[in-house]
Amino acid sequence: MMMKMVLRRILIGIGTLWVVSVLVFIGTSILPGDVAQIILGQSATPETLAALRAELGMDRPWFVRYFDWLGNLVTGDLGTSKAGGASISSLIAGRLGNTMFLAGIVAAISIPISVALGLLAAMYPGTWLDRIVTFATLSLISVPEFFIATFMVLILAVQLHWLPAIAYLSGNESGWQLARALAMPVITLVIVVSAQMIRMTRAGILNVMNSPYIEMAILKGVPRRRIILRHALFNAIGPIVNVIALNLAYLVSGVVIVETIFAYPGLAKLMIDGVQTRDLPLVQACAIIFCATYVVLILIADIASILSNPRLRQPK
Amino acid sequence: MEKLLEIKDLKIEARREDGTPIPIVKGVSFDVHKGQVVALIGESGSGKTTISLSALAYTKPGLEFAGGEVRLHGEDLLTAEPLRQRDLRGRKVAYLAQSAAATFNPAITIGEQVTESAVLHGILTQDEANARAERLYRSLELPDPDRIGNRYPHQVSGGQLQRLMAAMALCGKPDLMVLDEPTTALDVTTQIEVLKAFKKVIHEENAAAIYVTHDLAVVAQIADYIVVLYGGEVMEQGSAEQIINNPGHAYTRKLMEAVRPKPAAGLGTVVTGEHDRDIAALVVKDMSAGYGRKLNGEPAVTVLRDINVKVENGHVVGVIGESGCGKSTLARVMAGLLPQAAGEVVLDGENLEADLQDRSRDELRKVQFVYQMADTALNPRQRIDDIIGRPLEFYHGVKGRERQQRVQEILEMVELPAEFGARYPAELSGGQKQRINLARSLAASPEVLLCDEVTSALDSIVGANVIKLLNNLKDKTGVSFVFISHDLSTVASFADEIVVLYAGRVVEQGPTDQVLTPPYHPYTRLLISSVPELRIGWLEDTVELREMAVGIAKGVEITDVGCPFYNRCPSAIEGTCDITDAPVRQLAEGHEIACHLDVSDLQLKISHEASAG
Repeated sequence: MMMKMVLRRILIGIGTLWVVSVLVFIGTSILPGDVAQIILGQSATPETLAALRAELGMDRPWFVRYFDWLGNLVTGDLGTSKAGGASISSLIAGRLGNTMFLAGIVAAISIPISVALGLLAAMYPGTWLDRIVTFATLSLISVPEFFIATFMVLILAVQLHWLPAIAYLSGNESGWQLARALAMPVITLVIVVSAQMIRMTRAGILNVMNSPYIEMAILKGVPRRRIILRHALFNAIGPIVNVIALNLAYLVSGVVIVETIFAYPGLAKLMIDGVQTRDLPLVQACAIIFCATYVVLILIADIASILSNPRLRQPK
Repeated sequence: MEKLLEIKDLKIEARREDGTPIPIVKGVSFDVHKGQVVALIGESGSGKTTISLSALAYTKPGLEFAGGEVRLHGEDLLTAEPLRQRDLRGRKVAYLAQSAAATFNPAITIGEQVTESAVLHGILTQDEANARAERLYRSLELPDPDRIGNRYPHQVSGGQLQRLMAAMALCGKPDLMVLDEPTTALDVTTQIEVLKAFKKVIHEENAAAIYVTHDLAVVAQIADYIVVLYGGEVMEQGSAEQIINNPGHAYTRKLMEAVRPKPAAGLGTVVTGEHDRDIAALVVKDMSAGYGRKLNGEPAVTVLRDINVKVENGHVVGVIGESGCGKSTLARVMAGLLPQAAGEVVLDGENLEADLQDRSRDELRKVQFVYQMADTALNPRQRIDDIIGRPLEFYHGVKGRERQQRVQEILEMVELPAEFGARYPAELSGGQKQRINLARSLAASPEVLLCDEVTSALDSIVGANVIKLLNNLKDKTGVSFVFISHDLSTVASFADEIVVLYAGRVVEQGPTDQVLTPPYHPYTRLLISSVPELRIGWLEDTVELREMAVGIAKGVEITDVGCPFYNRCPSAIEGTCDITDAPVRQLAEGHEIACHLDVSDLQLKISHEASAG
């Protein structure tokens, strides 16, 4: 029963990815602009334009191009960039690494902090600690990330000169330089993603704390810490993992604003550049990667909730 | 005897929003001695649960101790440090709640939960605790004692979970157990099984217990000493024998009256045979129904099979059976909430569409459903006016002043004052909410009312009043009732005809008098003999019966072939009952029993009735 449910989720995930690939392809095909025109510039004659289009394969019907593209995609060939002719895989590889690096650091800091703060707030509801956490997270949720980022640049870089204003990586920074360069984007993103996770952890735990089995644990003389960690947390895991997964996905695909403000060479910024140069294969590849990240992370969260529920793990 | 727990002048209060205190418990005193079971009895609101929790130095959120002492081994629990209080909970005093299904953590194995307290308090090591838990499972007669600890709560039955909770309480060898209505939510047959196990294990462990309940008949089986409570005060206390055989206080006598008499012939209303019309109000013909996706017209799980039931005009048809027998499913099919897979539902001589959406508004009006839990059936954000007014508008198109007038008439019908219209459900008591629940159905002017366990969540006195009201309504409005209950005594006192359902089949049906006198179907006999009597020693006599030996401690299983009662029947014939469907025997006009046994074999009386008489 559980294997069936997990398999079902995986199949649904694959189906979603396929639908996404169609949407991405159609979406990028109706973008205005013509790569051949952009490559050749204003001086192009109709003949050279037609020749370049034929060379790029753009004179064929869209569904032929779609299956061609899909076939290449599943075999790992992302195609060549239409602006510059470099292989997209090599373009993306470095940028994806940067994005994953930033996301990884942010996740490693924010998830433990968020879950711990959420648990603490739930452990002592109504105390000053809980109030501070609740108030701070609510304020931070309502502030847009570009405001936090700009504000930090203003204070830490422009006023105090503590940190560099941009986080451009050349690839051969020392550890200390890297840490200084990444400090502000990391702090900004930690603040942005933590607020939601803290609130969800707190709400999830408090919801469970009203159950009769928690009262039973109190009446068995179980210490409060164990009540939260052993009795409440396991029953609240479903919603918590889901909110964590959504925030991780945001770290990969939704950070374009933060990447732009700090000039960080990540994947989202690459995609924006691709849109500006009408480099459709590049945009398609980035879009597919972002969607796949969402699908995979939500899939993992779903499977985690299934695994954490003994009713599904061990049916009657 | 050694004094274990001493409660002296205990006062507990709630607070209004403006800070003024509302007394809940008003100076209660009693003692619990070693090896003694003390029962706290009273109706809901008497403060019995609140008092029992004080033995664990605990109050429900919103309540606080306002005075008095609770001494365990001479130490006052109320003034002890929080850490000391926590240390005593589970170690010296253990708690058993009403609903084991809600009290077991769904995400943790049973074994860990049973042994948790003993290990945390350092009384036993994990291995010792596991061994002790296994011994307790054995003496509580649980199946698979060596492996049941590895299971999760959803993998065992309700009765088993209730006994596992006893193991959880006893594992740390507490001096005192607090049992809060531990059998109230159970079927009568399961109740016997659980009571028997509790009594045995309390005796074996030489533990003391506080037993909280509203059911005097249960108290008579288990208590040594009884404290009668009303409105947070002690009305009377004394030995079980004295209180049950010689109640001194008027309130105790009132409680005794609310104990429903043993179901027997002659309790029901006499069928006169005078109908307004000759056509039956509602007829169910050869009906089968179930849940799950349909394959070749058959649902994945067939819950009801070949049901034939007739509700005569103005009659009350009682439907009884244990949980899982299909009682509620039958009502859902009648109401059209669950389209039947086969057969017909006929209202006033006309075939009803199976699906609710295909029924006309007038057909919908004629069949109304009254749910068990008034708490969840009434919208908490609507005033009583609107709750009752909405069906008036929808079915009868009355508006404005006329609607107001009708709402007041209906409130009067359910014996509530007209000013209740301006209130919200939360401002009413449990019994009053159930009356509103009824009033809403009556507003449609139905011909058939389907009442699904409408008195089961109410305590005995309030429940008895609701039955009285239903009787009045029946006389006044001429409406027909389908009255579903697992409580045979209630059904016996109200129904004209009884339908006994077992595992989705009608095993016996007929006029109340005839169903409640021999010949019985073996299942009817099991149900009747499971109803507790207000008599000390009844439990011991009953578990000796042949019916009990094979009948209790087994769940309801739906079978495709043969008689579903086969594995619980003391008279089952191997090779016949398990292979072929039971023939339906017509014993008298309208009285039928589905059983392989001859009528002469079914003549057996309830054994101890025979021995007593």
